[in-house]
Amino acid sequence: MARYLIGRIFGLIIVLFLVSILAFLLMHSVPGGPFDEDKSPLPPAAKANILAKYGLDKPLYEQYFKYMSNAVRGDFGISYQSPTESVLDLIGRTWPVSIQLGLMAIVFAFTFGLAAGIIAAIKQNTWIDYVVTFISTLGITVPSFVIAIWLLLIFSIQFGWVATGGWPTTGGEWSSAILPVITLGLGPSALVARYTRSSMVEVIRSEYIRTARAKGLTGRIVIMRHALKNALIPLITILAPQIPNLITGTIFVEVIFRVPGLGKFFVSSIYLRDYPMIMATMLLVAFLWSITYLLSDILYTVVDPRIRLS
Amino acid sequence: MQADYFGDYIVSIVTETPTKVPVEPLEAPPSNLWRDAGRRFAKNKLAVGALAVLVFLILVAILADVISPAPYDFSNLMEANEFPNSPNHLLGTDSVGRDFLSRLIYGARVSLTVGFSVQFIALLIGLPLGIAAGMFGGWVDFIIMRGVEVLTAIPIWLFALFLISVWRASDSATGGGLVNVIVAIGLVGWVDICRLTRAQLLSLREKEFVLAARAIGAKPLHIALRHLLPNALAPLIIAVTLGIPTAIFTEAGLSFLGFGINDPLPSWGKMVADSSSYIRVYWHLGLFPTLMIAITMLTFSFVGDGLRDALDPHLKT
Repeated sequence: MARYLIGRIFGLIIVLFLVSILAFLLMHSVPGGPFDEDKSPLPPAAKANILAKYGLDKPLYEQYFKYMSNAVRGDFGISYQSPTESVLDLIGRTWPVSIQLGLMAIVFAFTFGLAAGIIAAIKQNTWIDYVVTFISTLGITVPSFVIAIWLLLIFSIQFGWVATGGWPTTGGEWSSAILPVITLGLGPSALVARYTRSSMVEVIRSEYIRTARAKGLTGRIVIMRHALKNALIPLITILAPQIPNLITGTIFVEVIFRVPGLGKFFVSSIYLRDYPMIMATMLLVAFLWSITYLLSDILYTVVDPRIRLS
Repeated sequence: MQADYFGDYIVSIVTETPTKVPVEPLEAPPSNLWRDAGRRFAKNKLAVGALAVLVFLILVAILADVISPAPYDFSNLMEANEFPNSPNHLLGTDSVGRDFLSRLIYGARVSLTVGFSVQFIALLIGLPLGIAAGMFGGWVDFIIMRGVEVLTAIPIWLFALFLISVWRASDSATGGGLVNVIVAIGLVGWVDICRLTRAQLLSLREKEFVLAARAIGAKPLHIALRHLLPNALAPLIIAVTLGIPTAIFTEAGLSFLGFGINDPLPSWGKMVADSSSYIRVYWHLGLFPTLMIAITMLTFSFVGDGLRDALDPHLKT
């Protein structure tokens, strides 16, 4: 186990390293930079000064080594678009918003998906089941920005119940959180509902459930204590990969509902060719994904002791 | 089934009278994978319905020049922002007075072109790499799989977004259009196909018929192309079909963020983005393109699921 973990962590570092090289090379391989004439018209001497300040006049490999040696020590440089802040400060300011949104979406996905899946499994092949199946198919296949527009059209514009944009912790109305959370959580909750349903249907037919019923336990206890526990195992593999996606903020939801999170910021970084910000965000996302895969593999062995890592 | 059969057997021993032993009705031997799959697919009403919609969408895309009421880039500012069911425009017009129905029809052409071309590129890259990784193993496998891991560590549309932003900067004159989008999504979309091909080869490689082929002296490439690939065909077809909606979604998403298809070429994703400033009043600008995206995605997923159930009944979830 320890050997396996060390191997995996070593692999993770290699992947991060490759991501950094790839991103760096691609970013710098094109003519034009963040301080071109069209973005900041400056006399040549001043421009040379700025380039020298950010080290952009040096050869590429030198820039890369400098960047990486700083990054390893926790210094990701200064954002070009907001020169008074370090990249870490910027991420520290915008990421919490995305995390709040993501966590709420996860809670929504879990409660809503679990409830819908259980009800659909108990009422198998009734209209309730079909409605749940239909909505979950919609949630899985239809992109989030499409769902966002529909929700906006119905609840914000048609009925005027909730705010169209903003975020509660950054000065928006509290109701502005409702639609982004639902939009972001609908896809994962559909996944949860679908897997809960199919796994519950299977578990309900098993012998130990029949035994539990034969003992005279009430339906509720059989479902909650005996069936649900065993039906939850496959959910780990489904839900775990969603987490980095949710907490790094999906760009679409943040752009549509004007949530000032990391995802929205990433788009503006790409527009402005803010190299340090792009690099840091790419590395952050890559790190979160790799670590989530690793954790979900480990979690699997905890929940199901029959599985061994090697 | 098993228990009943066993019970009958015991009964027949005990009573010592030859009772009828239940016999499974003999099925005709599976003559042909594709014919069987076709029959199974035809029984799946949802998949057949989706296929019909899909054929309709493809026809619309091909015949766009014939059926659309106006060219997609013809703008008449006198008729801007008309609601659906207006005298000249069935689905209204957009903010610069272009016929919205026509733009939706041409949008189908863009979306489907992206969907199919991206999968073509993904096959072109993923298939050879998957075969190489699965057949040669060793360091070839190691290098290819590290590449796959790097691309898995970042969501594909994020990487595509990144690639396009880089190209866009390099040729700001053309500003990146359809071809750029297709190549960018294709360049990151081959990972699934590569991984699938490799996994298929690895499991098939150990089968007896491969051993037999090797025993009579077949070369590795011959084995890969003649024996392994045809057997891996069904999962590959499913993966490609289900990859198409992902590609379409990625294009729509990129265009939505302003990094995809450029005006005047219509893309449903961009139409959604353009609508967001006017959606409070001109709801149709947001509703119709999102409906088209949803219908297309659902259609491809239903057809893909149907194909999966038909080609590989064991995989059924």
